[in-house]
Amino acid sequence: MVSGGIREIAWLVAVLPLSAFFLIVFFGKRTPGAGAPIGILATGSAFLIGLGSFADAISRGGIVERSITWISFPSFHLELGIRVDGLASMMFVVVCLVSLLVQIYSLGYMHGDIRYTWYYAMLNLFTGSMLTLVIANNLVQLLVGWELVGICSYLLIGHWFEEKENSDAAIKAFLTTRTGDLGFDIGIFVLFVGAHTFNIGQLQSRVASGSVSTTVITVGAILLFAGAVGKSAQFPLHVWLPDAMAGPTPVSALIHAATMVTAGVYLVARIFGLFSASHAALAVISVIASITMVFAAVLACVQRDIKRVLAYSTVSQLGYMMAALSVGAATAGVFHLWTHAFFKALLFLGAGSVIHAVHSNDMHEMGGLRRFMPVTYATFIIGSLALAGVPPFAGFWSKDEIVAAAYTSGHKLVFVAALVTAFLTAFYMARACTLTFFGSYRRLPIAGGATDEHHHEHDLPHESPRSMTTPLLILAALSIVGGFVGIPGHNAFAGWIHLGAEHHGEFVPWIAVLSIVVAVGGIALGWRMYSGAQFGFGIVEPLERLGAVYRAALRRFYVDDFYLAVFVRPVQYRLSAFVYNILDQKVVDGAVNAVGKGTVLVGRAVRATDEGGVDGVVNGFARLTDKLSFGLRRTQTGNVQRYAVGLFVGVVVVAAVLIGGLR
Amino acid sequence: MPVAAPLLLSALMFAAGVYGVLVRRHGVMLLMSVELMINAANINLITFSQLLRDPVGNIVVLFILAVTAAEVGIGIAIVMMLYRQRSTVAVDDLQLMKW
Amino acid sequence: MIVRQIAFWVLAGLSAISALFVVLTRNVVHAALGLAAALVAAAGLFILFGAEFVGLAQILIYVGAVVILFLFGIMLTSTAPGRPVVDNQQKGMAFLVAVGVFVVLAIGIVAAYGRRPLRLEVAFATSGLGNALFTRWILPFEAVSVLLLAALVGAIVLARKD
Repeated sequence: MVSGGIREIAWLVAVLPLSAFFLIVFFGKRTPGAGAPIGILATGSAFLIGLGSFADAISRGGIVERSITWISFPSFHLELGIRVDGLASMMFVVVCLVSLLVQIYSLGYMHGDIRYTWYYAMLNLFTGSMLTLVIANNLVQLLVGWELVGICSYLLIGHWFEEKENSDAAIKAFLTTRTGDLGFDIGIFVLFVGAHTFNIGQLQSRVASGSVSTTVITVGAILLFAGAVGKSAQFPLHVWLPDAMAGPTPVSALIHAATMVTAGVYLVARIFGLFSASHAALAVISVIASITMVFAAVLACVQRDIKRVLAYSTVSQLGYMMAALSVGAATAGVFHLWTHAFFKALLFLGAGSVIHAVHSNDMHEMGGLRRFMPVTYATFIIGSLALAGVPPFAGFWSKDEIVAAAYTSGHKLVFVAALVTAFLTAFYMARACTLTFFGSYRRLPIAGGATDEHHHEHDLPHESPRSMTTPLLILAALSIVGGFVGIPGHNAFAGWIHLGAEHHGEFVPWIAVLSIVVAVGGIALGWRMYSGAQFGFGIVEPLERLGAVYRAALRRFYVDDFYLAVFVRPVQYRLSAFVYNILDQKVVDGAVNAVGKGTVLVGRAVRATDEGGVDGVVNGFARLTDKLSFGLRRTQTGNVQRYAVGLFVGVVVVAAVLIGGLR
Repeated sequence: MPVAAPLLLSALMFAAGVYGVLVRRHGVMLLMSVELMINAANINLITFSQLLRDPVGNIVVLFILAVTAAEVGIGIAIVMMLYRQRSTVAVDDLQLMKW
Repeated sequence: MIVRQIAFWVLAGLSAISALFVVLTRNVVHAALGLAAALVAAAGLFILFGAEFVGLAQILIYVGAVVILFLFGIMLTSTAPGRPVVDNQQKGMAFLVAVGVFVVLAIGIVAAYGRRPLRLEVAFATSGLGNALFTRWILPFEAVSVLLLAALVGAIVLARKD
């Protein structure tokens, strides 16, 4: 534990974008620039503080942990705190930088959008939430950030919710990650019961000292990993990420390439002491990661939508990172997270640039764009090479380290999967680049062409404005040099990120050569198959030769269909209908209506007793009096002589009594 | 003669007067019946005056005579007014106070 | 003595029959005359019983003025002569009541006086009456005068043609 320095105020990194969110929401529309400058300023400042924090972490090392008590219960308390080590500081830099570049890029890309201000507010809320997650020193606070980024993802994917497709995608993303979050929540509780703490540092130290039972460790770790499976789109909860491409491309770049999806990887890295203590958990992770890597890479090969290619690629690369963690090469995994953030963001923003120019996501409608959009073309190629793992670009160093670690730690499955994935990665990126930038422009100038996500079209594509190309250039530069910090032999990165007991990645030359061969081979195959391809009416996609396998791949190997049939439709149609029709309408409404009717009946009964009984008695008296008086008034004949009769009768009687009495 | 004789006579006259008051419809006849009753009382008074040899009875009768005369005067005036208003003398017809 | 006895019974009988006649006849004028007869007979009785002045006063006032007044009243309020305006439906009840009255009185009288004889010995001197009237009974005398005046005024006011 160290103290002092800029890391003491590292909490600003999270607070600044969150404050920007509130400011933009309340005042954004009235300020010049409609909120964007507020966001960029906040994120920029956060980036600077993050950079400073990173520098401090590099130079002095150690961990800065500060916290305050949030809520106190009889047996424990919840804290709000920061835990700033090298890993967290690195994430500051990544998150803030990519967020900043995305916000600058969006100045051009989202210009004139229907919800421009809200978009910037959301971006900043997301950035703040992600940083809350990153900086948290305890699992509960981490969970808060975790859930918040989930909500932001939902809101941003559904940014153009007027189209049902977009709002459906947002719901799918939310529900799928929610499914994983269920495991995450239970996992936190399991660990609390086992280790009596939420604090990450305490947890890891207790695990290391052996005071926590292995069962608790394994179960807790696997459950936490379940959350990671959801958030980081690992198989089988990967289904939401491709559909999340319905959101604006800068959102995809930020959330679904560089930050939110990496939260799962970050989680495992952050509590690596826990995971590394359970071989069972690591085994589970490695299996799932391997499946994910290959599965997603295969699916990436058959996509027509350029963003979908990148989406599946992201899933696959996240599998890479998880695989690295599972074989003990935690530093390698995080290193790949670092490099991947740069080139994947670059690729997404580049795709956005292309889409913006061509007004279509469909690669079959592109082609030959290198002549029209040179900057986009160049940066995209750089990003592709980095992703494919070609030296000296960033991706090579991180990927190679993972492959080597897999081999040397004896995880044959992971090793093979990694190599296969590397080949496929190179292949599909070559395919994408070739279809997009080489050959001749296939977009038929006939009217009625497809409109892009911004719903406008003009004729020939042209390069994007500077607000969009500048971030591309910056990211391209980073994709080139970003890997140099982790060159074996001069691995400074490992020095920055201390993650406890891990397998140290040594450099294995023949594996490096193998990686290069695999990458180049993939590129060559891709180029061969797709260069000179002319698609138009009746031309076939070469992969269709694979027949049934190809068709299955197009249907995403029926995973989504399976979920739809088994989980979604029964709930949607049967359960929901049942709950609504029977429970809600008949039971609940029936009860409410019965109460209502009962009240009416009671009211009527009361009225009856009131009218009949009470009023009856009262009226009865009146009627009685009436009848009596009616009867009695007949004595008022008006005839005096009749009265006189009565009088004399009385006289006689009285006299008789008196005289009788006297006698 | 026994004292009871004139007294019984007066009782008879009184009863006749009562009958007349209750039965007669003509307003003047009503008054006449009242006269009879008063007269019965007069006879009573004179009888006792003689029996007790006290002249008080006589004096009272004198007063009664005067008062009765006044009363009849007023009574006739009323009957005449009634006749003028209602063109009837029958007291049965005066039933405004009827229910 | 005997003369007085006979005179009494004759006068009493006359008086009684006349009284009954008054209340039973259908003719109003006859009734008025019956009343006169009864009053005259009563006056006779008064004289018999020593109240000479009263008897004469009775004839003067009652028969001479009151009955005449009655006749005036009858004449001035007659609609059509001979039209029966006499009895109402209460005859039965009234008869019973009258009988009741008589019976009660009779029982009382008989029980009180039984066979006590009435001796006609005294004759009240007019001077004595006059004396008493103006000394002991002066107040009632004056009051009755006022009463007569009021009745006079009242009758005139009531009977005015307004």
